[in-house]
Amino acid sequence: MSAQERPLSPHLQVYRWQITMTLSILHRITGVGLGLGTLLMTYWLIAAAAGPGWFADAQEFVGSIIGRIILFGFTVSLMLHLCNGIRHLFWDAGKGFDLKNARASSVAVLIGTIVLSVGAWAIAYAVRGDL
Amino acid sequence: MSLRTPIGRVRGLGSAKEGTHHWWYQRVTALALVFLLIWFAISLIVLADASYQDVRAWIGHPVVTGLLLLTIVFTFYHLKLGLQVVIEDYVHTEIVKLGTLLAISAACIVAGLACVLSVLYVAFGG
Repeated sequence: MSAQERPLSPHLQVYRWQITMTLSILHRITGVGLGLGTLLMTYWLIAAAAGPGWFADAQEFVGSIIGRIILFGFTVSLMLHLCNGIRHLFWDAGKGFDLKNARASSVAVLIGTIVLSVGAWAIAYAVRGDL
Repeated sequence: MSLRTPIGRVRGLGSAKEGTHHWWYQRVTALALVFLLIWFAISLIVLADASYQDVRAWIGHPVVTGLLLLTIVFTFYHLKLGLQVVIEDYVHTEIVKLGTLLAISAACIVAGLACVLSVLYVAFGG
């Protein structure tokens, strides 16, 4: 092999922007983000096992402004990865992989993500009965 | 350096036997997680106002304990497979790639085990 640096594909700069490529990279970014989010879930479960003091600390962190921002990011990431994951499963089954359907399902995933994320938080706040 | 082609070097050595293993289990865990995470998300929403005792009682219910253990195992297995692909796509220095993949596996196993033990401790340890 030559040690000379050669250009590698994909040549991202030569492509016109498309919604399908946005969903593709968002799927990967939210996947890594959810991986970090599992650390929060791990902390929460350990706190529940460790005792009331630990659990109160965990609940206080999750309920703080920073905690809620992280949790909201986690919710949006989860809904997008979930919706887009279902889209991927249909593709794996050989359904909806043509350009027209791939674009339409991109939009559907984005709408689904917003509706599910906002809906989840609206119901959670209704259950709590406060802000 | 050998002048033989890459295909010539591997011919006759037999198949790798599990070439589709990674791809297949990423899909299997994904499908399981579709149902498990919908359940988990709804549960957390309902638990938004729950006390420490409420959460402990919830985790300790046999059905919840079982579903939580499934969710944990599938989540960390799916995470390990997914992060592996990301690293393999972007990291091309062999030693760094190997080290990162081992670190990801270790982190997923340790975090997953911590979750499993926490759930079992609440369910059986009191």
